[in-house]
Amino acid sequence: MKIRVQDHDFSIAAEIDALCAGRTDIGSIVTFTGLVRDFHGKNKIHKMTLEHFPGMAQMQLEAICTTAEERWPLQGVTVIHRYGPLCPGDQIVLVITLSAHREAAFQAAEFIMDWLKTDAPFWKKEQTTAGAHWVNAKDSDRQKRKKWQK
Amino acid sequence: MDLLYFAHIRETIGCSNEPLPLPENISNVGQLIDHLRARGQNYQAAFKDETSIRAAVNQCYVNFDHPLRDGDEVAFFPPMTGG
Repeated sequence: MKIRVQDHDFSIAAEIDALCAGRTDIGSIVTFTGLVRDFHGKNKIHKMTLEHFPGMAQMQLEAICTTAEERWPLQGVTVIHRYGPLCPGDQIVLVITLSAHREAAFQAAEFIMDWLKTDAPFWKKEQTTAGAHWVNAKDSDRQKRKKWQK
Repeated sequence: MDLLYFAHIRETIGCSNEPLPLPENISNVGQLIDHLRARGQNYQAAFKDETSIRAAVNQCYVNFDHPLRDGDEVAFFPPMTGG
């Protein structure tokens, strides 16, 4: 399991290479990348700042991925989440899951993202044409997380 | 105790962290919020809507009935919006 909370960008290809180097037992790789959009409703986003709770953010991401590893037969997991000032088009978050068969990798990647949205201590502030505001948590995200609860 | 504030709670209060010796009559997180509200308008505004406040004690999410001890790190923040 590789979990990183960092201000700098990441390379999806380099992270996949690092996970798969020297291995021939892997059957599937699923990746999810979250990007900064340039719009919020009718407003244009100029900039986004991601605030995080250092230490706890790393711990929470590790806990979420440990739960994923307990629920699905994974051969590898990488999660990278950025913080600090970002621009439209920038990468925010990367999830990579590896498994022998695709179902586990697909489901685990979705699970990690759904949990991360509500449980990892990060907060987005958008600077738009209508001014700056903190992004509100969405009820739809809470519902998505709920569906994984056993 | 060490108090930490994040996102709009940090901005509204006007600081990101501050020390506070555990007041004698305070035994849980909810009581600490009431105590902080009495410190001024900025605190009152930051803790106005309890349904949009989350708390962590020593970096574990807790409910407002969670007991407090002097030396705890107590963090307050809005619901998370990462990803």
